[in-house]
Amino acid sequence: MVNESPGTATRLDPESAEWLEALAGTGRVQEAALARLHALLVRIARGEVRRRGPRLRITGPELDDLACQAAADALLAITGKIRQFRGESRFTTWAYRFVILEVSVKIGQHFWRYPTVPLDAEDWGRLPDRFGFDPARQAEWRDLLAALHRAVDTQLSPRQRQVFVAIVLNHVPLDTLVIELGSSRGAIYKMMFDARRKLRAALAANGYMGQDTAESS
Amino acid sequence: MNDGWRALDDFLRTDPRDVGCAEAVEMLHIYAELVAAGEPAEQRYPGIAAHLRACGPCGEDFEGLLAAIRGGAG
Repeated sequence: MVNESPGTATRLDPESAEWLEALAGTGRVQEAALARLHALLVRIARGEVRRRGPRLRITGPELDDLACQAAADALLAITGKIRQFRGESRFTTWAYRFVILEVSVKIGQHFWRYPTVPLDAEDWGRLPDRFGFDPARQAEWRDLLAALHRAVDTQLSPRQRQVFVAIVLNHVPLDTLVIELGSSRGAIYKMMFDARRKLRAALAANGYMGQDTAESS
Repeated sequence: MNDGWRALDDFLRTDPRDVGCAEAVEMLHIYAELVAAGEPAEQRYPGIAAHLRACGPCGEDFEGLLAAIRGGAG
């Protein structure tokens, strides 16, 4: 993985400057700015849970509660980190990022509290459906998936295997796994990144798949 | 190549330019604003683009942020 460092600070646009000035103010000016920012974050959070809602199987008051919690926590994070805002985007875009990330965290927590599948379940019969293999053409892919199963068992570390099974077979959301394993999104992603590379190499070595190509998209 | 093979092939493909979650999240507001403005964000930040293609959660956050920007809040 490579590093693409952020740019340097730039001049603030007038609207962002106004936000910063009001939030750094005192008394009623600051209170009004905080209330306005909170209302904005609630609106963005509600929009985001509505956008994700159909895939979440969470509805009604529970979904709205999740949005309100995300907005409240995002407001705390924003006020705590406001000095880190460097004007590389509009202030509101920077602030929206916090609430979108909080929505992801809250959804991860929800599925951790109410799992739809036991995290350690292991049903390899789900694998063909997971990738959309046509059952009518089983003869074409049976050997490939058997080889993949073998590679998961023999090439991955126990932790990589656990993460693969949870995410790929059990559809456990990555942000839920982060909580379950006491890890971070980046660490789990990196574990899967390395696992994917190992599995492709194993399948390529056995002639099931081509080698990875760096520039493909 | 049928759909299953293609989906598995895509899933197992890794891009060495991929910057990982921490950097992608750190830059998400900058990247999303470039995309919303029609700027060539992918050319400017190929490692972030590679990550957002491969990482479901970060890709979802990016789509959400883009929707928020385009929703015209402010």
